[in-house]
Amino acid sequence: MSSNWITVFSYTPNLLGGLKVTIYISLTALLLSLVIGLIVAVFRTFPNRLLNRLGLAYVEFFQNTPLIIQVFFFYLGGPSIGIMLPRVYCGMLGLAVYTGAYIAEVFRAGIQAVPSGQAEAARSSGMTYLQAMRYVIIPQAVKIVLPPLGNQTINLVKNSAILSTIAVGDLMYQTNIASSDTFIVFEFFIFAALLYLCITVPLSQLVNLMERRFKAGH
Amino acid sequence: MELDKWLVLLKPVNLLFVLTGLWLTIKMALVSIVLSLAIGTLIAVLRSSGFAPIRWLALMYTESMRNLPLLLLVFFSYFAMPKLGINLSIYWAAVVAFTVFTSALVAEIVRGGIQSVPRGQVEAAISSGMTYLQTMQYVILPQAMKKMIPPLISQFVTLVKDTSYAMIIGASELFEHGKLIYIQYNNPLQTLFFVAVVYFVVNYSLSLYGRYLERRLATD
Repeated sequence: MSSNWITVFSYTPNLLGGLKVTIYISLTALLLSLVIGLIVAVFRTFPNRLLNRLGLAYVEFFQNTPLIIQVFFFYLGGPSIGIMLPRVYCGMLGLAVYTGAYIAEVFRAGIQAVPSGQAEAARSSGMTYLQAMRYVIIPQAVKIVLPPLGNQTINLVKNSAILSTIAVGDLMYQTNIASSDTFIVFEFFIFAALLYLCITVPLSQLVNLMERRFKAGH
Repeated sequence: MELDKWLVLLKPVNLLFVLTGLWLTIKMALVSIVLSLAIGTLIAVLRSSGFAPIRWLALMYTESMRNLPLLLLVFFSYFAMPKLGINLSIYWAAVVAFTVFTSALVAEIVRGGIQSVPRGQVEAAISSGMTYLQTMQYVILPQAMKKMIPPLISQFVTLVKDTSYAMIIGASELFEHGKLIYIQYNNPLQTLFFVAVVYFVVNYSLSLYGRYLERRLATD
């Protein structure tokens, strides 16, 4: 057992390299999904029926289908219509499109939590719809939005493990490679689990803290 | 040419193949959700136990399991458990991983439901002579159930999606069957879209049902 652990620790640089890729992918995908989420949420709350429906269709479709299909769709489906992207981008796109559907709902809930009287007041004092969003609604919605956004970030980090199936070199992938190199399975998975927890547990503590803070502030 | 890639999906043999995959997906999801409900409820009860070490153990379970990637748990239960002398078939390895993961999330939902019942009722029940477990069974859980059903259904939707992870260790569920089809006909774009639609139909119906229940429970 202990000699196994020595071998496992000798792979630390590989696994840490994988962890770095996991963090890089998660951060990039998070940025992308924030953009997607914001656009879709604004669509969802737009006073235009068609845009509304489009936003809804996006959310429902991507929330109700597995992430792995969305990743494979970009990875395998893209090339078959002539769109060749590096694997990492396919993975990030899949992750972002999926997480964006959840973040859109988080944003929508935040926007709708601000009393509609305020939006009307802003509009009647001459602001456009987008100005009212930018200066009145979004600043207030942030408090409501941050904790669930934190939860989505945790999900995103966990979900990024799925990209190991398209070999992007993330932590899960490096763990699989190392364990099949050495035939040490148990110890490698425990080590990888601890590394994942190093990211997700502090994040979830942060979410708890925000939830308590913002509740106390109201 | 492009149209052919769509049309092969409508061949009875392929439709049947997709449906048999869907059947395993649903079976895995159902077995896992039933097990997760049982284990999750147990853990939620343990988390409000009067004995501190048990409370901590339950907390550690939920906090670690829900913060780990599900894929890691699937790999662990399929590749690492045999090293501990526990050999599981692909199907059961997947079900065990789904259950461990989902039960941690179910435990949180159940705990939220339990906490939504006013504290005074618990005290009333205990002072009228009920034991802790009786209070749980007759006073708390029936009321908590109302709060719990909508998030439990969305957890079930997540689980149906998550069963696609079983394909990675080779379970012949919906996604795996889709994969075999697109390998044979070289039509990944079309088949993946088709399979996604099948997942969507199942999950969207579930979500709609969840929303219907939510409305009904709210008006009660």
